[in-house]
Amino acid sequence: MALSIIESCVNCWACEPICPSQAIFEARPHFIIDPKKCTECEGDHADPQCASICPIEGAILDALGEAVNAPGSLTGIPPHRMEAALAEIQAR
Amino acid sequence: MEMKILGQEESAAKSGCAASSCGSNDDQLSHLPDHIREKVHNHPCYSEEAHHYFARMHVAVAPACNIQCHYCNRKYDCANESRPGVVSELLTPEQAIKKTLAVAAEIPQMTVLGIAGPGDPLANPERTFATFRALSEQAPDIKLCVSTNGLALPDCVDELAKHNIDHVTITINCVDPEVGAKIYPWIFWENRRIRGKKAAKILIERQQKGLEMLTERGILVKVNSVMIPGVNDEHLKEVSRIVKAKGAFLHNVMPLIAEAEHGTFYGIMGQRSPSSAELQALQDACAGDMNMMRHCRQCRADAVGLLGEDRGDEFTLDKIEEMNIDYSEAMKHRAEVHAKIEEELTRKNAEKAAAKQGTQFVSLSSLMPAKATRPVLMAVATSGGGMINQHFGHAREFLVYEASATGVRFIGHRKTDLYCSGNDTCGDGDSVLAQTIRALEGCEAVLCSKIGYEPWGMLEDAGIVPNGEHAMEPIEEAVAAVYREMLESGALDAPREEAKQATA
Repeated sequence: MALSIIESCVNCWACEPICPSQAIFEARPHFIIDPKKCTECEGDHADPQCASICPIEGAILDALGEAVNAPGSLTGIPPHRMEAALAEIQAR
Repeated sequence: MEMKILGQEESAAKSGCAASSCGSNDDQLSHLPDHIREKVHNHPCYSEEAHHYFARMHVAVAPACNIQCHYCNRKYDCANESRPGVVSELLTPEQAIKKTLAVAAEIPQMTVLGIAGPGDPLANPERTFATFRALSEQAPDIKLCVSTNGLALPDCVDELAKHNIDHVTITINCVDPEVGAKIYPWIFWENRRIRGKKAAKILIERQQKGLEMLTERGILVKVNSVMIPGVNDEHLKEVSRIVKAKGAFLHNVMPLIAEAEHGTFYGIMGQRSPSSAELQALQDACAGDMNMMRHCRQCRADAVGLLGEDRGDEFTLDKIEEMNIDYSEAMKHRAEVHAKIEEELTRKNAEKAAAKQGTQFVSLSSLMPAKATRPVLMAVATSGGGMINQHFGHAREFLVYEASATGVRFIGHRKTDLYCSGNDTCGDGDSVLAQTIRALEGCEAVLCSKIGYEPWGMLEDAGIVPNGEHAMEPIEEAVAAVYREMLESGALDAPREEAKQATA
C-alpha cells in the first residue's frame, strides 16, 4: 500500500516535511514517494498527510492509481467550468 | 564595478520622487509614535516618501502553503505576470542569501529584504528562518520582513522576534467565518485538511492571535486585505476597525486580480475586480479608522528594485553565481549612499516646511474656489521629481490626484499594462491604448508633457480631457490650475456624466 506523486506535481515542498515516514524525496521533474517507505500514514494520522496538504488536484494517486483529490475538490472550480474557460482561452 | 554603482546611484536619484504625493501625503504616517516612524521612514513599502528613494527585494524561498485562497493558483508561473504569488525561480536559502548580498552590493538603495512566497513563508519555517538567520548576521544593514496568511504565525512569533524582524505583514481578508468560507476553500491544520466555515474560523482566530502577539512584542504589523466585490468589500471596514484597535499600524486594501487565464477560482468563476473608484471609496471609508496605504504596486514574490520596477533579470541564479561580493566593503558604500539619501530627504522636508509657511501654501489655497464645488480626478504622467514630465505614450502608470475645494490630494496609481507585459500572445488582444483609457476611468483630465494625435481623440471621446500645457510644472500646482480652469469654464457646474455628454 503506497501513494504516488505524478507529473502534475508543482514541486512546492509542502508534503516533504510532513511525511511521518520520510518517504517523500525531492526529484526532477517532480517529487517522488518511496513505495517501500510509504505507509499511507496508517498508525500515524487519520488521513495521508501528503494528500491532505497537496494543493494540486490529481497530483497524488492512491494504491489503485486513483486521484486522492478529484478535479474540483480543492479549488472548488466545477470541472465543466474549468474546461469551458480553457476552451475559451484557447479560442482567442 | 565602482562606475556601475555610481551610474545606478545617479539613475536612482533621477527617478527620485515619482509622486509629489510624498510632499502632500506623507502625513499618512505622521500620527505614528516616533519610534515607529524611525523604523518605517526608509522602508519603501511602508512609507510613501521612502519608496521613491529606497528599494526592496523579495526572495522566493518559501514554496509551500498551508491554505488555499480563491485568488491564488499554485500552478501558475508566467514571467509576463507581475502580481503577488508569482515567481520564476525558486531559491534555496543559500542561493537567497547570495542573491540578497549581490543585490545589496549592486543596488545600495536596497534597504529591505522580504520573504513573501510564492507560498506562505511561515509554512516553510526552516527555509525562511535559515535565510533570515544568515542575513541578520551577515548583513545587519538590511531590514528583514515577512508576509504571511497568519495560520502558522502564533507559533513563529518568538522566532521572528529573535531575528530582529520588525516588520510583519498579515493578509487579513475577513473577521467573519461566513465571509471567510467564500474566500478560503480549505486550510491544512493539525494534520487534516479542513474546509468551509470551520476552516475560516480557525484561520481568523490564528490571524488575530498572531496580530496581538506581534504588537505586544513591539513588532510592526501591516495588514493587507484583498478587496473582493460582493464578498468582503463592505466587511473590510469592520476589519480595518478591528486590526487598528489591535495595534496594526497600516492597512493596505488592494484590488482583487482575477482573470480566467490565471486559472484561479475567482478568475474562472467570473468574480469581478473592483473598479478604481470602488477601491478608492473603500480606502476612504477605512481611512477614518486607519492609516491607509495607497501606493502599493502589488509586486511579484521575487521582485527586485524600486517599487513599481523589477530588476530581477539582472540577478538570476547563473548571474549571481559569477559575482564575487565583498559585503563588508559593500556595506561601507551602502552607508554612504544611505547618508546621502537621508540628507536629501531632510533637505526636501525643510524646503517643504518653509514652502508651507511661505507663499506656496497660500497660492495653492487661493487658487481654490470659495464655494463648494465637486471634486475632480485627474491623471498625471510623470517620470519623477514631482513634475509633469512624461509623454502620454511612455507612461507605464499614471498617478491619480483628486482636486476639490479643499485642495489637491494623491489618490493612487493606475497601471496601464494591467499586470501583464505580454503583447499578442496573451490577453484579449485589446489595444494598449484602449486598455490605458479604460484604466483612466473616472478621471476627467490627463496631464502629460506631450501626447499624440490618436490618443488625444480617443481620450476626448472617452470624456477625458488631454492636457499638455503644464509640462515641466510641479504636479499639485498644475492640477490646481487645471481645476481652476474647469471652474472658470463652467465645467464644474454640471455633474460628471453631463459634462461627458457635452464634450462627446
